Amino acid sequence: MSAETNLLDFARGPALEAALIILVFGIFWRLVGVLALPRTRDLSEPRVRHAWLGGVKTIFTRMWPRREFRPRILHWEAVSYIFHIGLAVVILGLVPHILLIRDITGLSWPGLPDGVITFAAGAALISLLALLAHRVTHPVLRQISNFDDYFSWLLVFTPLLTGLMAYYHLGGRYEDLLGLHMLSAELLLAWLPFSKLAHTVFFLFSRGVTGAVYSRRGARI
Amino acid sequence: MGELEETVLDAFRRGGLSRRAFLKFCAATASLLALPPAAATAMAETLARTPRPTVIYLSYQECTACLESMTRSFSPTIEHLIFNNISLAFNDTLQAAAGEAAEAARKEAMRQAWGKYILIVDGAVPMGAGGAYCVAAGQSAVDDLRHAAQGAAAIIAVGTCAAFGGIPYAAPNPTGAVPVSEVIRDRPVINVSGCPPIPEVMTGVVVYYLSFGMPALDHQGRPLAFYGNSIHDRCYRRPFYDEGRFAHTFDDEGARNGWCLYELGCKGPVTYNACATLKWNQGTSFPIQSGHGCLGCSEPDFWDKGGFYRPLSAATGHWPRGEVLGAAALGGVVVGAGMAALARSHQKTSAAKTAKEAGSPPPKEDPHER
Repeated sequence: MSAETNLLDFARGPALEAALIILVFGIFWRLVGVLALPRTRDLSEPRVRHAWLGGVKTIFTRMWPRREFRPRILHWEAVSYIFHIGLAVVILGLVPHILLIRDITGLSWPGLPDGVITFAAGAALISLLALLAHRVTHPVLRQISNFDDYFSWLLVFTPLLTGLMAYYHLGGRYEDLLGLHMLSAELLLAWLPFSKLAHTVFFLFSRGVTGAVYSRRGARI
Repeated sequence: MGELEETVLDAFRRGGLSRRAFLKFCAATASLLALPPAAATAMAETLARTPRPTVIYLSYQECTACLESMTRSFSPTIEHLIFNNISLAFNDTLQAAAGEAAEAARKEAMRQAWGKYILIVDGAVPMGAGGAYCVAAGQSAVDDLRHAAQGAAAIIAVGTCAAFGGIPYAAPNPTGAVPVSEVIRDRPVINVSGCPPIPEVMTGVVVYYLSFGMPALDHQGRPLAFYGNSIHDRCYRRPFYDEGRFAHTFDDEGARNGWCLYELGCKGPVTYNACATLKWNQGTSFPIQSGHGCLGCSEPDFWDKGGFYRPLSAATGHWPRGEVLGAAALGGVVVGAGMAALARSHQKTSAAKTAKEAGSPPPKEDPHER
């Protein structure tokens, strides 16, 4: 009957199904495709007994900048952390999100009060804006940025914004905004495996492999 | 019938009620409609000179719950409405007459009040099989409605079946049922949705129309006075939603403490109605207060939203998630492995081609590649 209701129905129905299928298919495609690529064996003598431990260590050591880089980038690292933690709190703490995850995976955990979620979402939004401003004003960062960076930013920003707008009934009826929120999040899920957003999954592998390789060669990681 | 010249105030007086009672009635109704105090005066002035209109109440694909609900209205009561505000010329459930006598009475009432009567429609209209699924007195519902609508001053679709198709319209809709607004497209239809609608909403809309004419409607054709807010926003359990306190089952601690029913499938956030404010049975309670989530019965297609007990944020489709996503993962593995094999093959071909161009023998298989 109503276009708005149909939009929400579409978002909760076929769009969600399609987005999840693309997400799972894309992640396995990318992951297997990269892991199965031909690599030349390292013939040098291993400097350590268990190089893979270096890989595991690198996953954690790369979470904070090295001392020599800190004066230049520590504040942006902090902003990035605010964004990532805020986003994680919103995704994993809001009860409607948990119910969706439970519906798909069967996993469930207690939710957080809406005040906490709103604060986290606001912090994530503001930090995202700051990071975008940094990207477009920093001469080097701007040079190495491409469509993927900006489009991925937009796809992360939009669900956060529409989610807050839906909660506070800003700019439209709740069901319209909820439908837009879900559709934008589904677009994000479908785009994730094929973009830089794939680091959500790949960062473990890229850091681990890099750490293991350099650890084997005796580099300090 | 034959009472078109008698005003609403005249009817009050004839019933032995004073002008004071009439004014109190107007004030109560204006309050019900959330109108400003001045509107009660305007309502009294208008009703005092308004002839009691003829009302034709037609029932099609419905279960009579809407009429059952309307008869339980407490302000104004259905008796009050019938005896003082309107002249109910035809309602096949309430009237004593039946068969040809009832049909003759209806035709006569419509003839006398042609162009002036209020047409209330209850139930969806089946269009399938040439309208044969609902026929009374040899006339299909759709033909009956088209004819009656021609002489109506206003058309009110009561109940979700009449407003949006309701249960007859639900998939697979075997009778081809449609809402009134899909049959009558050339004029506005006031949709008073709900399964059933709140009785005071139905009677209140009639009184509003008599007093002020067409009410302000939302994008679904519903009076904003009653359908302007969502159940969720007016729900007394809303603070628990904000605090993240939810009932997980119908008999857990959360349910006993009256916490939010969102997890149990409450559709309050996307349902617009006055249940949380007017409530039912003289303001006694409403479904959420009784411990059950809102079904969203005043919204279009509420029957086909994926299940009453599925949370609003959950998927509506009943597809086998494990199998489908497992197949997607397997497909990804196969395509990824295939792409990697192609890359290996391409690498070897390129190496051989480079060696040939350089005039050297093709490279041997790299024993160290893995």
